[in-house]
Amino acid sequence: MKTVDTNSEWAVDASGLVKTFGENRAVDGVNLRVKAGTIYGVLGPNGAGKTTTIRMLATLLKADAGSARIFGYDIAKDPQIVRQLIGVTGQYASVDESLSATENLIIFSRLLGLSRKEARVKAEELLEEFGLTEAAKRPLKHFSGGMRRRLDLAASLIARPPLIFLDEPTTGLDPRTRNQMWDTIRKLVKSGSTVLLTTQYLQEADELADRVAVIDRGRVVAEGTVDELKQSVGSSSLHVSIQNADQIGAAKELVERILNVQAAVSAEGRKITVPLADADAVSDLLLALRKEGIQSAELSIQKPTLDEVFLTITGKGAKKEVES
Amino acid sequence: MNSYLDTHIVDRQLKNKSSFRQALMNSFTMAFRGLLKIKRTPEQLFDVTLQPIIFTLMFTYIFGGAIAGDVKSYLPVIIPGILVQTVISTSVVTGVQLREDMDKGVFDRFKSLPIARIAPLAGALMADTIRYTIATILTFVMGYIMGYHPEGGLSSIIIAGILVVVCAWAVSWIFAFFGVIARTASSVQGISMLVLFPLTFLSNAFVPANTMPNWLQWFVNINPISHLVTAVRDLTNSGTVGVDMTISLIGAAVIVAIFAPITVRAYMRRV
Ligand SMILES: Nc1ncnc2c1ncn2[C@@H]1O[C@H](COP(=O)(O)OP(=O)(O)O)[C@@H](O)[C@H]1O
Ligand SMILES: [Mg+2]
Repeated sequence: MKTVDTNSEWAVDASGLVKTFGENRAVDGVNLRVKAGTIYGVLGPNGAGKTTTIRMLATLLKADAGSARIFGYDIAKDPQIVRQLIGVTGQYASVDESLSATENLIIFSRLLGLSRKEARVKAEELLEEFGLTEAAKRPLKHFSGGMRRRLDLAASLIARPPLIFLDEPTTGLDPRTRNQMWDTIRKLVKSGSTVLLTTQYLQEADELADRVAVIDRGRVVAEGTVDELKQSVGSSSLHVSIQNADQIGAAKELVERILNVQAAVSAEGRKITVPLADADAVSDLLLALRKEGIQSAELSIQKPTLDEVFLTITGKGAKKEVES
Repeated sequence: MNSYLDTHIVDRQLKNKSSFRQALMNSFTMAFRGLLKIKRTPEQLFDVTLQPIIFTLMFTYIFGGAIAGDVKSYLPVIIPGILVQTVISTSVVTGVQLREDMDKGVFDRFKSLPIARIAPLAGALMADTIRYTIATILTFVMGYIMGYHPEGGLSSIIIAGILVVVCAWAVSWIFAFFGVIARTASSVQGISMLVLFPLTFLSNAFVPANTMPNWLQWFVNINPISHLVTAVRDLTNSGTVGVDMTISLIGAAVIVAIFAPITVRAYMRRV
């Protein structure tokens, strides 16, 4: 018998993970370190290698190279111990379609060593927690995507594993269901779990994750807190809208002179955008604009969005979250 | 409100290996799952139910007169033949369903749980014996309705039924092997039929071997299915246990001895 110190620093410590499918290097040397008790986001477009990475960490797929430890236990040497420490909610629901929600949870509970009675109680508790009590007896064929996801997550939590993998937990969910899922994830972490989730949505990573790894074509192309990633792209930018389109040329000249950088004019010819290194320069600019009699309709300073981060790092855009 | 999620994660005892007891318990749970699936999707029992009924009717009324003179005297020949044919071909389902199961998302969950690796395979093989039992009972009932009242009596019928179920279980290891190594469920079905047809039709199941050409008789006589059919006929029609029963059981043991290890090996490499 061994015990796990779930307070040990790294819940996941992976280095150089590789998986090739034929010619395709789906995962090409991924390093990941997830601190226990945090939410870690793996962000990347479709086909980046997120699912393959999770499958290797969850002992579902053997890595071709590299190694990983879950709370200090090697995924290749001690897979059976690792399985006692993790819960996996896959991208596609891993529950039995032909059985009811209750039957699914009872079977998984029994497999985890619960007695018949304990399994029944556990199933009820989980169905209640995830708002599935009413649908408990219906076959899953009639479940909505959101219900299936919730049942899938419930099944991953039977043993209360300290580390939970969530592969695209909110893809395809409506905004309300997605917000519920986010709340559940936050609650999990509050109760001591560590969560590693993948997402294609920048907003989701921004909303939930303590740290993020941006993954593209099987490689981690950036890693850090969301703020660090944003900063790595550069400073904030200043947007100035001019009321009178005739003055745009004069305004651009003024902005460039005072801020000492190249400015860009938007297509419709009313908005000037410049990188902003020194926020103090804004007041100088405002005074100068007034002195020249140029009226500005709007002035804003924007931090870079994760979207820009992604674009800058990978050279292509990522999917934008549907507005809620 | 959130009672479940508010409970905190606790440190736990970790076990490196699953014990034999756990393997057994896990396999029983998987078998229970198999039974639930049969209950939830009774339509998958259609072939098990319809085949004995249709075959009995078809063979008896089409061939009965030609082979045995009249229907009544053909029944003792055909019912054991159809029983063996039906139950053995039912064992193909084991392989097909195993492949389907392994391709489904739920198999990922099984693989991610700290359970005995062998449990899904063992459970599937256990649950399928229920299928064979249903097919066995249906065939006998169908025969009875048509006027088949074997001399051997009920206890011999039960022994014959068990013999067939045991042999079908042994044969299901062959199909389980195909199920594990094949790419798709339909290819499992395909390969299995290729094995099954010569075995069941090139036997004495429907027609006495002495009506066939010599070269065919040679195959029919070494075909284990023929021995199984003869053993069932001996049991049901006269209540006797002959050398054919021994040969059938040895044949079953040999199949398991060959296919169980390679199936388990191939399976473990996949999970
Ligand atoms: N079982 C597989 N066989 C062959 N190729 C695969 C398999 N699984 C994934 N791939 C390929 O590996 C790459 C990464 O896939 P995946 O990990 O699913 O990406 P993501 O989850 O980030 O969308 C893709 O190009 C995909 O086509
Ligand atoms: Mg994926």
